[in-house]
Amino acid sequence: MSGTAGTAGNTGAPRSAALTTSGWRRIIRDQPLIPLVVLLAALIALLEVAKPGIVSGNWVATTVRAAIPLAILAACQTLSMLTGGIDLSVGAVASMAAFLMATLATGQGPIVALAVAFAAALVAGLVNGVGIGLFKVHPLIMTLGMSLVVLGLMSVYGLLMVRSGTLIPDQILWLGSGISLGFVPNSLVVFVPIAALIVVGLRRSGYGRLLFAVGDNAVAARLAGTRVWQVLLALYILSAVLAAVAGILITGVANTATVSLVEQSVLPSVAAAVIGGTSIMGGRGGYAGTIVGALILTVLTTLLTVLEMPEAVRQVLFGAIIVAVAAAYTRVTGEG
Amino acid sequence: MSSGEATVPRDRAEIVALAGSWARRNVWTLGLLGLLVVFFAVTRILQPNYGPAAIQGLAIAILPIAFAAVAQAVVVISGGIDLSVGSMMALASVTSAVLMKDQGDLFGVAVVVGVLLLGLVVGAINGALVVVTKVPDIVVTLAMSFVWAGTALLILNTPGGGAAPWLMAIISGPLGTPWLPKAMVVLAVLVAVVWIPLRRSTLGLSLYALGSSPLAAFRSGVAVGPTKIIAYTLTGFFSALGGLALTATGGVGAPVPGSYTLQSVAAIVLGGVSLAGGRGGVLGPIIAVIVLALVRTDLFFAGVDPNWSTAIQGAILIGVVMFGSLVAMRRVRV
Amino acid sequence: MIDVGSDLLLSATDVAKHYGAVVALRSASLAVRPGEVHALMGANGAGKSTLVKILTGGVRPDHGEILVRGKPFAAHSPSEARRGGIVSVYQEPALIPDLDVRSNLRLTQSPVDATRHWLAELGIPDLDLTDIVRDLPLASLRIIDLARALAIEPDVLMLDEMTAALPANLTERVLEVIGRQKGTDRSVIFISHRLIEIAAVCDRATVLREGSTVGVVDVSAGSEDRIVGLMLGDIARGGPVEPADSSARAARAADAVPRLTTRNLTVGTKLSDVSFDLYPGEVLGVVALEGQGQDELFDVLSGSERPSGGDLLVDGAAVSFRHPADAIRAGLVYVPADRAEALLMQRSVRENIALPFTTPFGAWGPIDVREERRKVDKAIATLQIDTRAASEVRRLSGGNQQKVTIARWVAGGVRTMLCFDPTRGIDIGTKQQIYQLLRDLAAAGAAVLLYTSELKEIQLACDRAIVIFGGRIVAEIAVVDADEATLLRAAYDLRPEELMPDEVASAAVAVEATETSPAGPA
Repeated sequence: MSGTAGTAGNTGAPRSAALTTSGWRRIIRDQPLIPLVVLLAALIALLEVAKPGIVSGNWVATTVRAAIPLAILAACQTLSMLTGGIDLSVGAVASMAAFLMATLATGQGPIVALAVAFAAALVAGLVNGVGIGLFKVHPLIMTLGMSLVVLGLMSVYGLLMVRSGTLIPDQILWLGSGISLGFVPNSLVVFVPIAALIVVGLRRSGYGRLLFAVGDNAVAARLAGTRVWQVLLALYILSAVLAAVAGILITGVANTATVSLVEQSVLPSVAAAVIGGTSIMGGRGGYAGTIVGALILTVLTTLLTVLEMPEAVRQVLFGAIIVAVAAAYTRVTGEG
Repeated sequence: MSSGEATVPRDRAEIVALAGSWARRNVWTLGLLGLLVVFFAVTRILQPNYGPAAIQGLAIAILPIAFAAVAQAVVVISGGIDLSVGSMMALASVTSAVLMKDQGDLFGVAVVVGVLLLGLVVGAINGALVVVTKVPDIVVTLAMSFVWAGTALLILNTPGGGAAPWLMAIISGPLGTPWLPKAMVVLAVLVAVVWIPLRRSTLGLSLYALGSSPLAAFRSGVAVGPTKIIAYTLTGFFSALGGLALTATGGVGAPVPGSYTLQSVAAIVLGGVSLAGGRGGVLGPIIAVIVLALVRTDLFFAGVDPNWSTAIQGAILIGVVMFGSLVAMRRVRV
Repeated sequence: MIDVGSDLLLSATDVAKHYGAVVALRSASLAVRPGEVHALMGANGAGKSTLVKILTGGVRPDHGEILVRGKPFAAHSPSEARRGGIVSVYQEPALIPDLDVRSNLRLTQSPVDATRHWLAELGIPDLDLTDIVRDLPLASLRIIDLARALAIEPDVLMLDEMTAALPANLTERVLEVIGRQKGTDRSVIFISHRLIEIAAVCDRATVLREGSTVGVVDVSAGSEDRIVGLMLGDIARGGPVEPADSSARAARAADAVPRLTTRNLTVGTKLSDVSFDLYPGEVLGVVALEGQGQDELFDVLSGSERPSGGDLLVDGAAVSFRHPADAIRAGLVYVPADRAEALLMQRSVRENIALPFTTPFGAWGPIDVREERRKVDKAIATLQIDTRAASEVRRLSGGNQQKVTIARWVAGGVRTMLCFDPTRGIDIGTKQQIYQLLRDLAAAGAAVLLYTSELKEIQLACDRAIVIFGGRIVAEIAVVDADEATLLRAAYDLRPEELMPDEVASAAVAVEATETSPAGPA
């Protein structure tokens, strides 16, 4: 693999020239957070220039509030991408959880409603995990199929429940859209523990290590004794549960629940993870970058709205950014 | 789709032998054909009035998704995947609708040719990005699906524009017998005209070779990069046909991609195209599209809520893929 | 080499290829006359495969001149090589699995009738060209590949281990057809581990050693010894490297229960009836040419593959592994040759070493960082791993990478270690550290099974050796007798009378023990 000489002391020498001419490469490779934060700051500055006075405490709060559900969905992508997979069913599962919760809350109360919502997400994740881990179905196909199933089932369920209507419990509204002290979104109560758990867990838990191991080299992971299917099964269950959390937060922000509420956030969630430096090939990335990626996309959306760009431009730009960023990471990290 | 035999069969025995070998090799497609017959029978039982008019309706309804399935089949056979098929269809649809609105027939023909060229270009861009950036095809085409969908929205924000009357006319109504819808003939002719010569050419073989084993293909002299780009270009072309079909069937341009990408993947998997590449054809996916449409129809006639059909379609997709990989795992073990 | 360039069909002169600091080819030359069948020989790592890749367009040489019929030859792909007149039949058939045979012929623009003719000549006349390649047996595929290559009448036909995987009757036909190329204006380059076949069909043999051409031999009766001698170089004349005091070790091993026992282990057609015992405190060497079944043996022992027959016992109790985790729990840990198969290249040294700690379901929770650091640091110290580029294992040198693979198991304590060519492609210093480590492990009571492609290592690290040929154990050799010449002859399964013990012994006495060059391509 590596072309460096075997003898000690020689390791750095042949490369140093290449590194000085492309120091930025090393920065992006080793410290991807730095350029991302710089980019975020630049976008905020641009926004302030475009519409002076927009950046304020309240703006920060609403931006963070909007970014949190996206960041949680992007956590699903980050974790699955670390293993070389992807979870395109997060939109359907999140919508399902939100919709179940909202329809059941009218009759059964919020506790039962939440329990059913999470149980349903768990089942969806379990099926994904079985398909991907045990049957070795490609994650893309499995999760796409799952999103069709969930969407269809929810449409049927929606017609059955059309009389009962939906209700977003006050606690969920408070959690989703409330802002305390003028600049602290309440959803941080949910997000901070989740984010901390993921960031720390990826580094300091056996399971986190195995996610990287499976994505980096599944053969090596297996030879070292990892039962890969267990890791994948747990992963897609975890992903579905996280998606449910995001879905419920989104109903709290939007104050409505429909069967396809979150569908439009699926591709941005992939984009956030890719921008954050997680490789879809697996084994490389982390959640901190993804959070910044979600913030970047949220600020970019605001910027485009301020500039009165149509939704279409946002889509084109998102797509172009994903390709460009992924290509840049491939170039920087694929040097061998 | 023949097996690529160049020689003309001479006697009956030879024809039987050829048919036998074709059948042996296309068990999956034949099974699907059987399934199709079963579903038609079921439909007739559920709804004795199901006749030529309904079949024409069905043929028109499946036209866009059938092209989408063919588009997806080509790229998957060559070992890739294209998640921007639906978006490319939307782009082609709005472009044709905007240009054709209130224009003459001749201009309409020019527009159709132009949109097909656009499809080639868009597909080639996808392919070139996959080859040049070395980013996984899933990521590139997922991202490009944003780009093409956004472009489509820029051209036309809401459904609108118009279709040339001749374009709508060539797919509506029967041809000769009332049981043969024109839409079906158009589909068969267009796919056959491109696919059959391709399948028999060295290029067609190269596509299969690339999907089957990139190393063996390279050693057999296949130019890997260019062939891959050509595969995506063809997918762009068939997606453009799908977009034109959208315009023709709806009479307006449809700027929102819908779930055509998803449905195309479902159809090719059900149609016997291996996601690992190298295996399958375009006939299977087209039959699969019809079967899936009939499932929907039958559920409707059976009084089942139409919303079930999406769930059932997903369940079929998952079931088929799981079954397929189970078979593949057994084969590896033996 | 009396021939001048113009008389030669193919001439490669002073061809060299480096991969970074690793020298794959130092100075290889090959001269093939028209109408001859020319053997290309060399031990593992001699540079044979690199030379083949250069001649078939897979790799570009750093320097050197290649002429085909006097014209310069430079190819970037197999199809360009073909246009230049060289066609190769690879060990893995270059046929598209999902196409039928006819389509494969069309893809490579090979004439159908001529291919049919050669198929008939080669012993499968009734092949149905509409058969899908995937459904055909491997032997047929190799024949088809050969027939296709013969059909386009290349100047030079290169056959890489052509007869491997062929049944005896087909082998005979193949050799007969190859023999018929003699006297035409075309030539064959024949690469094989089977000396009997070389003797049967080849006119001359070029021998490579350590990346250089060391001799060209006219093949005749009895020339096998000369060829083997050339492959061995100085070492054949040098005495055995002083073996460690094996008697003490043997005594220790004798009264113990074997740590690992195999009885009639069989894997498909690749491995048959393999039975041996591995005792605690010993290093048992496995010697085999490429592809003799050793890969399957290690796959079975490490839990990657399930045997089709026979028994496996650990500490006297029968075991059956369904997953590498089962083998690891039974104390069998595996160090593969290919470090890309063992390491998480984008992850750190620490994570790579700690990987086995976290694999059981019970260890998925928080990591005891201090405990992990203690174990990892100890393993790093034991193996003297250079940790300056520790953030990504792929940036380490090959030797350091291999140490990380071993450290992973050392960190958790070793009972039985299965090492598959652990010193392949690494520098001499690291090699020596690894031998020492294996000895230390054995001294501490561990059992080590060591397959090595460098025969010299047997005497440096092992207590005894078994030799596998054609999937069977053909010899067991005590370490005192396991000099390279003996091992190589055994590995080629040369008849016992050619293994004259006194001859070897007298050679050892007669020639003064020369310093063996610190060998092979690092």
